[in-house]
Amino acid sequence: MKFDDEPVPGYSLPILPGHVSPGRLERVLRAGKFAITSEIDPPDSADPAEVLKRAAIFDGYVDAINATDGSGAHCHMSSVGVCSLLTRVGYATILQMSCRDRNRIAMQGEILGAAAMGACNLLCLSGDGVQAGDHPQAKPVFDLDSMSLLEIARGMRDDCCFQSGRKINVPPRIFLGAAENPFVPPVEWRPHRLAKKASAGAQFIQTQYCFDIPRLRDFMLKVNDLGLLEGPDRVFILPGIGPLASARSARWIREKVPGVHIPDAVIARLEGAENQKEEGKRLCMDLLHQIREIPGVSGAHIMAYRQEHTVAEIIETTGVLEGRVPWYPGRDNPAELNPESPDARPEELEPVQG
Amino acid sequence: MYKVRRWVVRHARLFESLYRGFEPVLIRLHPFWRRIGYARAEAPVKAVEKRVKGFLFDCQMCGKCTLSATGMSCPMNCPKNLRNGPCGGVRANGNCEVKPEMRCVWVDAWEGSRQMAHGDRIQVVQEPVDFRLEDTSSWLRVVRELADHPRERADSGADG
Repeated sequence: MKFDDEPVPGYSLPILPGHVSPGRLERVLRAGKFAITSEIDPPDSADPAEVLKRAAIFDGYVDAINATDGSGAHCHMSSVGVCSLLTRVGYATILQMSCRDRNRIAMQGEILGAAAMGACNLLCLSGDGVQAGDHPQAKPVFDLDSMSLLEIARGMRDDCCFQSGRKINVPPRIFLGAAENPFVPPVEWRPHRLAKKASAGAQFIQTQYCFDIPRLRDFMLKVNDLGLLEGPDRVFILPGIGPLASARSARWIREKVPGVHIPDAVIARLEGAENQKEEGKRLCMDLLHQIREIPGVSGAHIMAYRQEHTVAEIIETTGVLEGRVPWYPGRDNPAELNPESPDARPEELEPVQG
Repeated sequence: MYKVRRWVVRHARLFESLYRGFEPVLIRLHPFWRRIGYARAEAPVKAVEKRVKGFLFDCQMCGKCTLSATGMSCPMNCPKNLRNGPCGGVRANGNCEVKPEMRCVWVDAWEGSRQMAHGDRIQVVQEPVDFRLEDTSSWLRVVRELADHPRERADSGADG
């Protein structure tokens, strides 16, 4: 799908009626297309080329790239830094913002800064506890929770003011997202909790890894019953999926990563396979097919941690984009290509005169 | 105390009614609080409140009590201080991501709320904590607000 008014990279699209952001993700979702998002593992480095390299891997396959914010409570390049680098060459980003590390003054400032840098989508998260990360001795801030962050961000956008009531001259035009985990207790409350997030301002939802289709189906039915999937204030839901590398790593994730629910049948399927890595990828493709069939699902969020190269294959093989090529720098004009893309021709070095 | 606070949540309905009975009494005392001065009443009331709520709910004296909207499970006992529901890290057995031996405060809250007459207040978005209110009496603040604006909060009940 192409948008006629796609401007030069780094500049935002005009905001359509009924839209809140100048971003591509909101357009794809509101146009009713099955959207694909994926995430970048931010580098432990101050090298901008490293970020662009990690983004280029998704060229032509994703509608927006999540920049994680200290995921697993580990220290990496900041999500605002990653988003700023990506929007410079035109990528659509989803800025993840966790409440763990900053108070409300820092977070509101960061929302303005990120929006000024062209970030159009904000994913409001509580954040993993510091005990899970490489700095367990750090102070967990949690001045706000994800719900109040959503409400405050919405107030900044729609009412043009900070939480304090002080005015904002030009508001951040951001499409607001939140996370949900339909697979962990209290399961019965999860759909209502999503409704609560929607009433706090969430417009799209990315879920934790889904390996349990019946549970997701059940969740979606309840979300639909609550009326969250229709009308102008509807919520777009993108379940999270990802390839598992092996039965061993699946077991490790189930035990060590907070909130990931992997049914025994999934582990058994991997264990029974000759090539577990291949099977993990196939499982992910099967999940994507099944998720696409669930009424009310608007897309999928693929988290292929350390297997980012598989995203292209997963999308290509499943054909979920139906021939659509999401915009990427250089799609229409090779001169705009991400300089770190493998297709970018390195400039020829001038021979050194001796 | 952990055991007491879990017992309280299991009897959330009872504590909801107790609070609903207790609130009008405190409000009726408004002229008394005003005569001695809310500022002067603060220290003794706070001391009593801290003891009672500390014993019953493991109260952290955030100064902005929302027990009635959280199934009588104090959200300040959540290691992430979440005020609006559980995070996505709750363990399959219903325990906390950060403290594996502790039951998730919000799993308890949901169960408590299901017993309460006005338990659906758990679905209403709560404002973030005002840290200026930390270590102040929530009871006096609520009484004062209710005495000044009785209608606005008439159906809220059981705050504090």
